[in-house]
Order: sequence, then structure tokens, then C-alpha cells
Amino acid sequence: MSETKALETMIGEEYKYGFSTDIEYEEFPLGINEDVVRLISEKKNEPEWMTEFRLNAYRAWTEMEEPDWFNATYEKPNFETLQFYSAPKHRPKLDSLDEVDPKIRETYEKLGIPLEEQKMLAGVAVDAVFDSVSVFTSFKEKLAEAGVIFCSISEAIQEYPELIKKYMGSVVPVRDNFYAALNSAVFSDGSFCYVPKDTICPMELSTYFRINNMNSGQFERTLIIAEENSHVSYLEGCTAPMYDEHQLHAAVVELVALDNAEIKYSTIQNWYSGDEDGKGGIYNFVTKRGACRGKNSKISWTQLETGSAVTLKYPSVILQGDNSIGEFYSVAVTNKKQQADTGTKMIHIGKNTKSTIISKGISAGNSNNSYRGLVKFNRKAENARNFSQCDSMLIGQTCGAHTFPYIESANPTGKIEHEATTSRVGEDQIFYLQQRGISEDDAISLIVNGFCKDVLKELPMEFAVEANKLLGIKLEGSVG
Amino acid sequence: MLELKDVYAEVEGEGIEILKGVSLTINKGEIHAIMGPNGSGKSTLAKVVSGHPEYEVTQGDILFNGESILELDPDERAHAGIFLAFQYPVEVPGVTNTTLLRESYNTIAASRGREELDPLEFDDYIREKLDLVEMNPDFLERSVNTGFSGGEKKRNEIFQMAVLQPSLALLDETDSGLDIDALRVVSEGINKLHTSEDAVILITHYQRLLNYIVPDFVHVMRDGRIVKTGGKELALELEEKGYDWLDSQTTVNGEVK
Repeated sequence: MSETKALETMIGEEYKYGFSTDIEYEEFPLGINEDVVRLISEKKNEPEWMTEFRLNAYRAWTEMEEPDWFNATYEKPNFETLQFYSAPKHRPKLDSLDEVDPKIRETYEKLGIPLEEQKMLAGVAVDAVFDSVSVFTSFKEKLAEAGVIFCSISEAIQEYPELIKKYMGSVVPVRDNFYAALNSAVFSDGSFCYVPKDTICPMELSTYFRINNMNSGQFERTLIIAEENSHVSYLEGCTAPMYDEHQLHAAVVELVALDNAEIKYSTIQNWYSGDEDGKGGIYNFVTKRGACRGKNSKISWTQLETGSAVTLKYPSVILQGDNSIGEFYSVAVTNKKQQADTGTKMIHIGKNTKSTIISKGISAGNSNNSYRGLVKFNRKAENARNFSQCDSMLIGQTCGAHTFPYIESANPTGKIEHEATTSRVGEDQIFYLQQRGISEDDAISLIVNGFCKDVLKELPMEFAVEANKLLGIKLEGSVG
Repeated sequence: MLELKDVYAEVEGEGIEILKGVSLTINKGEIHAIMGPNGSGKSTLAKVVSGHPEYEVTQGDILFNGESILELDPDERAHAGIFLAFQYPVEVPGVTNTTLLRESYNTIAASRGREELDPLEFDDYIREKLDLVEMNPDFLERSVNTGFSGGEKKRNEIFQMAVLQPSLALLDETDSGLDIDALRVVSEGINKLHTSEDAVILITHYQRLLNYIVPDFVHVMRDGRIVKTGGKELALELEEKGYDWLDSQTTVNGEVK
């Protein structure tokens, strides 16, 4: 009985960031064709080669089929009525925060995003992406001192065309998959980061994404390059306002790590997941992939996925360089009618490459939560190692947890370990903690946090606190 | 302190009656032993007093310090001072003993208007209590009951009791699964914790526990009722003659499960 009650409060937990900001938007034709792609490129004053990149991707996309191999069902987006580009009308050129549109500021305030002092004191550079266009970038100077380039991808296309030409599409080719091709054709904006040789990025980099325009697909494009002996940690966190119509988000994130370089990419994702019937939530169809190109390089993905109506997401690592390391730490929480099919791919090519996968799936309500992971050892991947642990936790009787591990090994010297467990938050567990004086909500929170501990400890300190809070909000219900 | 007034209880939603009119009064400073065969309702009695959601009280009342606790959630009963040492302590992976106990201690302290302890103060406080049950400090950083042996789990329950200092402790078969040395350690711990201000209910199958912890009263349960009450010598008599001996002494309705 107590469990049911807890579930009810959980389910009753309303999306706290459900509001929209009244800002004028530039009108843009609905639907997609070559002219629309050209228009996007034109709006952004892009050079010819970038327009060609987009057109090439668009043509590839028209020949591709929308995938349906995953464990989720949903109403397919109507590309005819989707708006592929939107930008706040008066794009400001800013010297300080005070010049940011007060309404945008207000939105951030409501979200509790400490855009100002708190962040700055914490030493975090914030590149806030409002809808599709960057309106504010901070700490640029300090980063520039260290030689780190951190700017919007649009700016990078103008300022650093050689880097973009060399790396964009090199990890996720335009033909990689349906949504990556679409993104390559119509991407609006996103972040670019370049860390030069022998450089440790002096601060954690973070970007806040936000979707705030009805019918506007959000197509973010992120590219991070870490040169030899460099190190960078990137944080990404998202919330979005409540709307009654599905919103598509199809981002592409590419990471490149050269010799001895390390990239740590952390995400907290809390997009609107729809109402009790699953109506109105975001579709999150993201392609995230990193390439460990150099020897001894390392790429680490950490994610806390709590939002979206449908999530298809497999942050992956291609381990090309000898002795390179790939890591994937994930917590995916689904509630109500959310559907998540998420996991990773670890492709071992170099010798002595190592990968670690720790995945924790928590399902509540009527949700469906699937882990899908591929571990592949190529023929030349001598002494490759993988350890995978996939744990699922069920809260209530009407949710589902699934695990789809794929293992392909073409090298006999490889070693793969896979562990998987499924558990249920039982009445006895909750009663035990309640008997120790802990309220039902806190008991569930404690059990879930304990379950996710191995992943949460991988998050940067600042995010770990947010993560705990978010798990609380998602699973505790409104504690008085 | 605790008063059960003709309590009837059944499994929630299933209509299976387990307690069929239990009356019992426990005063502070007393130790009561409740004995009886499997299925007689001993563990159910402990769960009903501590508020397990699986059971529903259909008749009668349970008073704690003079007030009915039937409407209280299990955590509220814990705040009032009721502690249950579980027969089968539950594992909570990823949550350390320290984390759980600090959360418990401070929640209970806050509800009673006592001062909460910060992590450092709390660390000092619990380390003192470890000795009481001869537990290794490593225990504190291990996940609650996870991978513990049966004996370690039971010892951990008494350790928690030492930390939380309840006014009424219900010990549900704390002796089962303990070897003779552990039984002695645990019993001594319980004896040291017991004062004239609190009460203890020992639920057990075996008389041997009562060699270490001497009860003021022994109650025998059968088929959901207390069928006999006596002093500590009753336990010895039971040991010698078995529970069937009671059949000739009392009339019990219904079948023994």
C-alpha cells in the first residue's frame, strides 16, 4: 500500500519548469527541402563549403528510412510541419550580462540557473544556448588566455574553418544515421571547444540548452577537440518548458581526443517528459560519439537521464589509439509513460584498449526503460578489455526494464565481463527504512541514490548535488 | 508504555486473520519474552506494533504512552520511540550504515526536538556504540546489510538500536542465526542498553536466549492469541515439555498453522 502511495506522489510530481517565455521569434518556413537548408545556411552567413556540407547531408537524409529497431513506440514527427530553424528576433551583441534580454534572464531565474555570480565564483564558463542561437558567452577571455577556444559552432565556422572542416563529421559521418543526417543538414547552433596541445582547460565548461519555441526542432551540434596532452571537462544540463505538442530534439555531439588527451563529458537531462498520458513530451534522438584517436587517450561519458517522452541515445567511444580508454556511466530514470532506449557502443580497434560500462536504469509508473549496448573487439585489438555492469531497478508493478547487450569479439586475446541485475524497490525495503524513522519519500530517495552511487560519484561535484536533487524531484514526490 | 487491547489483525486485502484478540500491557523497565511455535503470530505482533503496511488492525487498539498509534505511519512510530530489530534485516545497496544511521538519528532527534549531530559529532558518537556489540569500524562504511552474514545482520540490528536508543525495543528472533559467542555478545549488548526507562520485547523460539537476558514475563502465543503468561520459569517448563503441553492446559480454537 505504501508503495502505491509513493508512486502516486511520484506520478503526481509536475514538471517544475513548465512555462514559456514570451519572446518574439523570427518566422521561418515550415517543412524541409533544399531551399530551406540553403536558407538556414544563408541566415547564418555560412561559407559555401558549409552550405555544401548541409546539402550533402540533406540529400543523404532523403534516401534514409526513419529507424524503428528500438524498444519504443511513438508518433513519428511530421517533417512537413516542423520548423527547422528559429532564433530570437533581435540578436544582441553583448558586452555584459546586463545587456541580455530581461525576459531571457527571467527564464533563467525561474529555472534557477545561476547564470551570474554563483557560476562565476564556481569557476564555470557558461555558454547559454537560448533556443538555437547563443546569446551569451562568458569567461571567454580567461579561456583565451589558456589558449582554449570555447564558442558557438556558428562562430567557429566563421573563425576556425580549418578545424571545422577537419573534424566536423569525422566522428559522426553525415550518413551515420537518419537523425544525424538530419542534424547535419539543419543544425542551428551549439558549442565548439578546442583545447590546444599540453593544455589543461582551466575550468569546467558548461552549456545550458533550452527549447522554447513551439514546433521548432532543436538541432544542436557540438564538437570538442582535445589535442595531445590536453584535458577538458564539459558539462551539459537541460530543462524545457511545457507544451502540448511533441518536440523533436536531434543533436549530434562529436569528441576527438588525440595522444594522451582526456575528455570528460557529463550530462544532466531533464526535458519535459509529457503528462500522465505521455502527451507533449520531448523526443530526444541524439547521436553522441567520441573518438580516442591518440595513444593513451581517454573519453568518459557520464549521464543522468531523467526527462524526455522518448529517448534514443547511445554515447559511444571508438578506441582507435593503443592503450586508449572509454567509459560510460549512466543513470536513466523513467516514470509515467516515458520510454528510454539508451546505452553505449565501445568499439575497440587499438591494442590494450579498455572500456568500462556502468548503467543503472530506474523504471517507475508505466514507463519502459531499456539498456542497449555493443562491445566490439576488432581483429587487431590485442588484449582489449571490457567490463560492463547493467543494473535495473523497478518501482511499482506496471513498468518495464530490459537489457540488450551485444558482444562481438574478433580477437581471441580480448576479455569481456558482463554483469546484470534486476531488483525491485520492495515494500520491505521501504518499511525497514521507515522503521528507522525515515519518511517514505526519503526512503525511496535513499534507496535510489544508493543504487546509482557508482555513477553519481563520476559526476563533477557541482553536478552531483544537482543530480541528487533531480533524482529527489523525479522520485520523491512533493515532500513538505 | 505499550498496551494492546484485544487486537485483531489480518493481512491487508486478503482477509487472513493472524492476530485474534491479543491483549498485553508492558510497563517501562520491563522485559517481556513472547514465545510460541511457527505461525502463532509472534512476528506479526511485532510488525503490527511497528506499523507494517501489510497488516491491518481490524479490531481493538494499540496505545503507546497512553495514545493510540494505529493511525501513525511506521516512521512516526519510530519517532515516538518504537524500534523493531528485524528477523530478516533488509539490504540497502549503496547506502552505508553511517549514512542510514545519521539520517535516522537526526530525523528522530528533530522530531523530538533534540539536537541534531553534524557528521563529525555523529562519527564520534557511533564509534562509541560499536564496542557494545564488538563490531569492527569497517562496518560503518559498508552498505546496509549488503553481503553481511546472518550473524552480522543481527548484530547490526542491535548496533542500530544502541545508536537510536528507543524507549521500546521489539527484538524479532534476534537470536536465530547467531552462534553461541555472537549470542553472548548480542545479549550482553541488549542488557547494557536496558534501563529502568525503557522496555524490551523478545520474540523467540528458544529458551537459550533467556539464559542471557532474563525476562520479567513470558507469554506464550498460539494461533494468534496469548494462551499463557508466567514468569521466567515458564520458558524452562516449555523447553522441557514442548508446546504441545499447552494443549492440555488451554483451549485453542482453530488450527495451529
